[in-house]
Amino acid sequence: MGIEVRGLTKTFGRFVALKDVSLSVASGELVALLGPSGSGKTTLLRIIAGLEAADTGSVILEGEDATDRNARDRRVGFVFQHYALFRHMSVFENVAFGLRVRPRSLRPDEAEIGRRVRRLLELVQLDFMADRRPSELSGGQRQRVALARALAVEPKVLLLDEPFGALDARVRQELRRWLRRLHDDIHLTSVFVTHDQEEALELADRVAVMNHGVIEQDGTPEDVVERPATPFVISFLGTVNIFHGRVQDGRGIFGPLAVEYPVHADSEPRTAAAYTRPHEFDVSRTETGSGLWAVLEQVSATGAMVRLELAGAHGGLIHAELGRDQFERLGVQPGDRLYVTPRKVRVFVE
Amino acid sequence: MTSELRAARLTEPRPVRWGITALALGFVALFLVVPLIAVFAEAFAKGFNAYRAAIAEPDAVAALKLTLLAAGIAVPLNVVFGLAAGWAIGKFQFRGRQLLLTLIDLPFAVSPVISGLVFVLLFGRRGWFGPWMIDHGFQIVFAVPGIVLATIFVSFPFVAREIIPIMEAIGTEEEEAARVLGAGGLQLFLRVTLPNIKWALLYGVILANARAMGEFGAVSVVSGHIRGLTNTLPLHVEILYNEYNAQAAFAVASLLGCLAIVTLVLKAIIEARVERSGTPAEQRAIEVMPWESKSAV
Repeated sequence: MGIEVRGLTKTFGRFVALKDVSLSVASGELVALLGPSGSGKTTLLRIIAGLEAADTGSVILEGEDATDRNARDRRVGFVFQHYALFRHMSVFENVAFGLRVRPRSLRPDEAEIGRRVRRLLELVQLDFMADRRPSELSGGQRQRVALARALAVEPKVLLLDEPFGALDARVRQELRRWLRRLHDDIHLTSVFVTHDQEEALELADRVAVMNHGVIEQDGTPEDVVERPATPFVISFLGTVNIFHGRVQDGRGIFGPLAVEYPVHADSEPRTAAAYTRPHEFDVSRTETGSGLWAVLEQVSATGAMVRLELAGAHGGLIHAELGRDQFERLGVQPGDRLYVTPRKVRVFVE
Repeated sequence: MTSELRAARLTEPRPVRWGITALALGFVALFLVVPLIAVFAEAFAKGFNAYRAAIAEPDAVAALKLTLLAAGIAVPLNVVFGLAAGWAIGKFQFRGRQLLLTLIDLPFAVSPVISGLVFVLLFGRRGWFGPWMIDHGFQIVFAVPGIVLATIFVSFPFVAREIIPIMEAIGTEEEEAARVLGAGGLQLFLRVTLPNIKWALLYGVILANARAMGEFGAVSVVSGHIRGLTNTLPLHVEILYNEYNAQAAFAVASLLGCLAIVTLVLKAIIEARVERSGTPAEQRAIEVMPWESKSAV
């Protein structure tokens, strides 16, 4: 097992950053901690690194209890959100730092340090920048130097805090793919923190979705997208339509929507909500059974998909998404009445 | 309309601009440059030999030695205190942090004469600890230790005040990075922290030194003006002047004038260096909260 975290709790004054969090990451796995700001994801990462001490709970790295071990002795690679490169050192010296501060008996000689640093700089494609200062590099290059520096100490696990947060969209895309390839090559147990669901889903083997200091769901990207465990997960992973209502006698009634809900066969009604993603609607000009109709308000065409904003007859706004040709076949204008039928509904009882 | 004319229209009229500039330069000349020239002119009024004699006079030499001793003790202590305060305030959040920040400025807020009197009150013959200390053979007020104490008191904010903003701007990430990479406490300080603050530290040292050597009020109160024993350079200047020995007074004062000039030159050099290397605050525009990075969702 690469990383095993058990029952971590951490408070800052009155703010509870983590509530009894447990997580395990298999050797060689790439896991994303996904959540909004303040959800505790960075705190969890920092506790794994030893930069923050948990109030309770334990951290086990490669089978060894590291809870009380100093960050210095944990052999983790950490990439900071703003890189935290040593600004007064060259790129070469930044990468060499972890080797130079080793006790004399474990320190490689100068020639060996040179070889290793050059190999790492080649790996991150920055060998021609060895003599530059961090301030002379672009954001993407700084990020790669930070990665090379973290890898120089041959860490057992690699932790990355918002690794692409401070970069512009294109560099972010490139670097994301590059990091995935790198991970596939070296198979280092890695955890990264992000607030960007697309990033998490594209890059990670497994995603832990966090909110208010707890892990709401921990699963493969497909799991969290297709089988969200909580209303928070479904809301956080993209736009979703919410219909409020109740469940009773094996049925769910959400305004104009009625669905089978065998899980709750009781005659006692309970408040619930139904969730449908924009692309999970069938849209037509003729009535199709669900009885949910709406007036088209706005159309925005971005790329292959067309987004519709509809004012529902039940009073709420409905977001739907169609393929471009499908939309053209429909031939509608703002102000037209449309019938929308969800193909898929997820019900969560409150 | 030419661009120059248009530019002139958009700002103040020429006479106003010239008037303001002339006023500023005039003040500098009248209150700073002329007195400095006067000091050197008076010092050499009776020729170079008289100048040398005034400086080489045993009491003057003793005053110079005492000044160097007081500064030599106060400045290193200042560095230690400044680093500790800078580290504590810049890197940790703790109760009383704001109070410490305010207290550091105390010597600036209090009149130097009052600070001198405080030491007399504490260690004087009729002070709180004075009788006990004198009984046990420690003479503090009207002796060298009192002068050193007063010098430390008036100069101690300088290094701390220079270091604190830099430490706060740089934050703790680089130290954390060093720690994760395996650096011990001393390695971390020498390889990461010190290089980042070295110019601010040096700047603070220069200012503290100038204040320590030039201090008059606080030292005057605790000194007792014993010639050749408890006189620093500024006190010696006063004594000479009161004895109508203007030439000797200005000769000794010119030493302090030289110190001021050297200080200014060093200050200019350091400021130029810092400007070239770029301030750390500019390099990092985004602040990070200790427990969670601020990020746009």
